Amino acid sequence: MDEFLHQVLSGVASGGIYASVALALVMIFQATHHVNFAQGEMAMFSTFIALALIEAGVPYWGAFAITVLLSLILGAAIQRVLLTPMAGSPVLASVGVFIGLLLIFNSIAGWLFGYTLKPFPTPFEGPPVLGGFVTRHDLGSTAVTLAVLGGVYGFFRFTNLGLAMRAAAYNPVSSRLMGIRVGRMLALGWGLAAAIGAIAGMMVAPVVFLDPNMMSGVLLYAFAGALLGGISNPLGAVFGGFAIGVIENLAGAYLVGPELKLTLALAIIVAVLTVRPAGLFGRTVVSRV
Amino acid sequence: MRVLRFLAGLLFVAAAAGLAFAVSDYRLFQLTTVAVYAVAILGLALVTGFNGQISLGHGAFYAVGAYVTAILMAHYGVPYWATLPASAAICAALGFLIGLPALRLGGLYLALTTFALAVATPQLLKYHAFEGWTGGVQGLVLDKPDPPPGLPLPLNADQWLYLCTLGVSAVLFLLAANLVRGRIGLAMRAVRDHPLAAEATGIDVALLKTRTFAVSAMVTGVAGSMGAVAVGFVAPDSFTVMLSITLFVGLVVGGVASVAGPVFGGAFIAFLPNIAEDISKAAPGAVYGVVLIAFMFLLPSGVAGGLGRLLRRAARRPA
Amino acid sequence: MYRRTLLAAAGPLAATLGVLNRASPARAEAPGVTATEIKIGQTQAYSGPASAYGAIGRGLTAFFKRVNDGGGIAGRRINFISVDDGYMPPKAVEQTRRLVEQEGVSFLLNSLGTPSNSAVQKYLNQKKVPQLFVSSGADKWANPKEFPWTIGWQPSYRTEAQIYAKHILQNKPGGKLAVLYQNDDFGKDYVAGLRDVLGDRYDRMLAKAVSYEVTDPTIDSQIVTLQGSGADVLVTAATPKFSAQAIRKIYDLNWKPLHFLTNVSSSVAAVINPAGPERAVGIILGGYVKEVSDPAWENDPGMNEWRAFMKEYMPGADLADANYPFSYGVGGTTVQVLKQCDGDFSRENILKQATNLQTLQLPTLLPGITVSTSSTNYHPIRQLQMHRWNGTRWERFGNVIEGSGD
Repeated sequence: MDEFLHQVLSGVASGGIYASVALALVMIFQATHHVNFAQGEMAMFSTFIALALIEAGVPYWGAFAITVLLSLILGAAIQRVLLTPMAGSPVLASVGVFIGLLLIFNSIAGWLFGYTLKPFPTPFEGPPVLGGFVTRHDLGSTAVTLAVLGGVYGFFRFTNLGLAMRAAAYNPVSSRLMGIRVGRMLALGWGLAAAIGAIAGMMVAPVVFLDPNMMSGVLLYAFAGALLGGISNPLGAVFGGFAIGVIENLAGAYLVGPELKLTLALAIIVAVLTVRPAGLFGRTVVSRV
Repeated sequence: MRVLRFLAGLLFVAAAAGLAFAVSDYRLFQLTTVAVYAVAILGLALVTGFNGQISLGHGAFYAVGAYVTAILMAHYGVPYWATLPASAAICAALGFLIGLPALRLGGLYLALTTFALAVATPQLLKYHAFEGWTGGVQGLVLDKPDPPPGLPLPLNADQWLYLCTLGVSAVLFLLAANLVRGRIGLAMRAVRDHPLAAEATGIDVALLKTRTFAVSAMVTGVAGSMGAVAVGFVAPDSFTVMLSITLFVGLVVGGVASVAGPVFGGAFIAFLPNIAEDISKAAPGAVYGVVLIAFMFLLPSGVAGGLGRLLRRAARRPA
Repeated sequence: MYRRTLLAAAGPLAATLGVLNRASPARAEAPGVTATEIKIGQTQAYSGPASAYGAIGRGLTAFFKRVNDGGGIAGRRINFISVDDGYMPPKAVEQTRRLVEQEGVSFLLNSLGTPSNSAVQKYLNQKKVPQLFVSSGADKWANPKEFPWTIGWQPSYRTEAQIYAKHILQNKPGGKLAVLYQNDDFGKDYVAGLRDVLGDRYDRMLAKAVSYEVTDPTIDSQIVTLQGSGADVLVTAATPKFSAQAIRKIYDLNWKPLHFLTNVSSSVAAVINPAGPERAVGIILGGYVKEVSDPAWENDPGMNEWRAFMKEYMPGADLADANYPFSYGVGGTTVQVLKQCDGDFSRENILKQATNLQTLQLPTLLPGITVSTSSTNYHPIRQLQMHRWNGTRWERFGNVIEGSGD
């Protein structure tokens, strides 16, 4: 029974990681109706920037703030330079651009920063709690994730800017007629997603350590979490992230063994999606002909 | 116009066959790879390009096709040609089954679910319960089929394999061209562009979608079979999620809703990595990414789309 | 690159002039060897999931540049052509065929990865092209009966696990064993090696063995399972990232098994420091290369030689990357083989000399560890020395241990 509880706790801890990245995916989806496959690599790149700042002597929270700001600018710049010209192109061409970005960020990071595994500091130091099954960092990063969740939720729910952004993604033409500057909204959406990704990266790195391939596994589970909870709903995506963490741990430990835990988790998602095609918390959008 | 297209295709295949006697064995191997990738992308084009169901997991069907052939050849001594129908049938069935839940999932969700399938593939391939068949992480090594005795032309194994691959590919391309230009192809595109209207005209959308998925999986599976023999080796590491992404890249570069597009896409994904590493050993991935993005900028509807536009413009201009 | 394209373009022309060509004075003495050049090929992962190992290819390229700057070997410069396979077996087949058929290399050197090398092993052996010093610790490269043209270099994972098993039997004969392994050929070779020595005791001693996938973000769940099994000996057959995670989690759980790591994870910079040096105290592993970030080698002449080389030929490279001293060792071994060839660079003789190395010492290998091969011994390095982490450095203890070899 003790071990079962420990598996659940450790699942929650990993789930927090997935949830934080899933939030960035929700952000970009809400703002652009695209899923950016390069989101994980961009977050990894931001984390390397943060590490460079910290190694240059900038205190942690200073580096944190600078990185978030830089990532926001970088994200917005990518949207303006690379995606604005693609506005009239087929959706699949944009996906091609995302895949290109993924390769570029991964390759450049390896070239600039090397492939050797690097430790990344956490601001939440201290001995682990609950018998070693939960670290201070787990608690701290979960708190950060929940804070970001609150921010994203509030932003889309209660601010005019958030509403405008959702409108711009949902129906660009009508939004433009309403006086919403769609181009700016898209750029801002990309920027915010990159900023949230950077926060996620800095919370993930102390746990899995920093290297150019840090995000490849995490992004996958984040996708799974976002799918399960519903990619149009930040609350759902965070719930989905935590759920995936717990499901894969329990499945790996007690059901199918670690070899197939990911496969089982994915099968569960497909099953859930078959019943609820927009995820547990997502709203099915009914489009009129 | 249709006859013209057919003739152009015939000419292309004849020229490609002629290459078997003009270039080195190594180049033939590369061209075999291009043909294999082209067929794999053709399968993807059927479901994603013509039917609008985005799949990021076609590497899974490619892997199944490859393993069916490898297992039949390595464990049961089945000749190469006889494994192709088997792998086609198994992949079609698998595609049909996977097409069922896909019916419920729209656009992005389908894309990510198929992506998940691609991720799970290598893990299933090395699962210990199947190890007796699949060879587990070590994979299976295959013999290259020898040309049958008594051919009018003396061929070496590479030439023979190239011509076989080319022949099968040409047949599959012809069938696909017929399919998409016919009644069913019209229905496929109608479902892609206007599902409700398509349904109103009496198309059984669900059946059409699952059948398209099955045909698509079958074509890509046959490509996997041919690829396994060309390489002479299958292992889980050959079928990672990168394979699915690569096929997808080939699709968008070649042109999504085009039968000729996959040929360009196949050449792109076969040759670009070599060019990228020639430019930079330090960061070949970055070069690959930059070239890919440049293609998307210049030819957002793919090489085939761009060429088509050019041809139409030329045709409109009086000579 | 331009030169190579030109050469490729000149190919058909040269073929038509084949007869003439054969009579010309600048003819090849042996495949890939002329009076002025020796062509060596390699497939390497410069892109894709294993691109961290690209450092080996870059290190060897720099190494041969130094050889050429020093006048080459027997008056011939080394033309080392290292090409990218993205860690994809199909690409490795294509690139290997390019090297052999298009570039006409003399032999393949230190190509990366078990899957990639498995894919081309049959082809190279049929063509009788030496596949030298394969960059993989799989045990299967030592199979001279079936694949005489293939030979590995580093101690095999299996040998290493056998040595660990013996250590366990000596020091904790009644221990309960837990194994964490990567679910691929690398991890499974360790399990096989433990079984080799423990035999039917393996099942009795084994409390739990669990695997992880390289795509797993963390292995916390596996560690929790292993701790729950009540084991007091743990063998972690993992790559640096997961070894570091294991060390940290075990410490956090206050579990204190006798903990073995693989020598793949011996890096202080990439494993011990990320996990925390104080958390790794007592960890044991078998090593053969001098660990770059270990302060014990600060004034070591061999490592000074290596550092001078890095400074001159690879300025700006990450000195903590263990792939560089590894590639330096492979380069040194290759130079020795070519010197032993004594001017006869036929593929047969290259293979003969590669399998005729007598206790070769190399600057980046531990004292007492040597490279030896023979026509029946295809395990060039089969010695290890046990290391224990004392909180600040690796402490070597016991004698250099010879693995069971073949």
